[in-house]
Amino acid sequence: MHELSIAMSLLSMIEEQVEARGDVRVKAVHLKLGPLSGVVKKALQSAYEMACDGTALQECELIIEDVPITALCPKCNQLRQIDSMQEICCPVCGTPTPEIVTGRELEVTGLEICS
Amino acid sequence: MSTTTRLVEVRQKVLKQNDIVARQLRTEFEKAEIYVISLVSSPGSGKTAFLERTLTLLRPHLNVAALVGDLATDNDAKRLARSQVPVKQIVTGTVCHLEAEMIRTALDGWMPENLDLLFIENVGNLVCPSSYDLGENLRLVLMSVTEGEDKPLKYPTIFNTADIAIITKTDLASAVEFDFAAAYRNINAVRPGMKILNVSSKTDEGLAPWLDALESRLAQRAAKIV
Repeated sequence: MHELSIAMSLLSMIEEQVEARGDVRVKAVHLKLGPLSGVVKKALQSAYEMACDGTALQECELIIEDVPITALCPKCNQLRQIDSMQEICCPVCGTPTPEIVTGRELEVTGLEICS
Repeated sequence: MSTTTRLVEVRQKVLKQNDIVARQLRTEFEKAEIYVISLVSSPGSGKTAFLERTLTLLRPHLNVAALVGDLATDNDAKRLARSQVPVKQIVTGTVCHLEAEMIRTALDGWMPENLDLLFIENVGNLVCPSSYDLGENLRLVLMSVTEGEDKPLKYPTIFNTADIAIITKTDLASAVEFDFAAAYRNINAVRPGMKILNVSSKTDEGLAPWLDALESRLAQRAAKIV
């Protein structure tokens, strides 16, 4: 359970942004999350709420966008979506796809700012 | 006065701070020509025993050292010290994984001279360490035969971030009817093409191939530097 320390990192990142932009209120933070990041969405949501509670960011909503795992199939030479972490292979031809393109994301993509 | 809401684009990794420190460490290690290997596994799968044998066998040939992370106690550092190489314990308190900053702090003022290899034994945990880059060159994931063949399917992210899988305690394999083919199949399902090695730290079986694999990685890196 490391989602709380991830949530704390997220908060300090938002605080940094607020400080850099002056007198603004952050209404929401947008985050991209891939299943291979090792972070569980629900656990991050509740850890984030816990971390925000009683701070200036209490009203700041965390909006998580799930990023699917995609990988390059060496046989089809196509980017394929992988639906299971337990089966990293091309869904069309079954070839193993070690080259992961997306799915490891744990990144902030934007902030909704009120001014 | 009306307020307006606008969406500003910010592209930043949440673990940016950890990644920055990890990158700095990697650069420093590279400059000092130190190859860094981290070990992750669940508690009790034989990281410390494997590391103790590895350090003992490498010590006559290379300058090696180890950092070892645990929530409490320095028992592992004491065990590893028997291999007579520099060992330092990182006690994380309640933190369930190592972070790059902990590595930097631990190395501050401690880094042994002319080091060739540094091993970092992570806290026994197959979940959280997967998210943190420690500046290592090679990540080993260990699973023991007593844990069952489906470990990789249960913890795909950690297997997916590792470079080599080590199946440990193979001396117990027949007693627990461990199915190697199934384990290999499962590892390949979550991390296609990953190198897999079987090792018994008790009988030393499989340690020579592991050291060979390590040596070839070192040679690859040396070739890259030159």
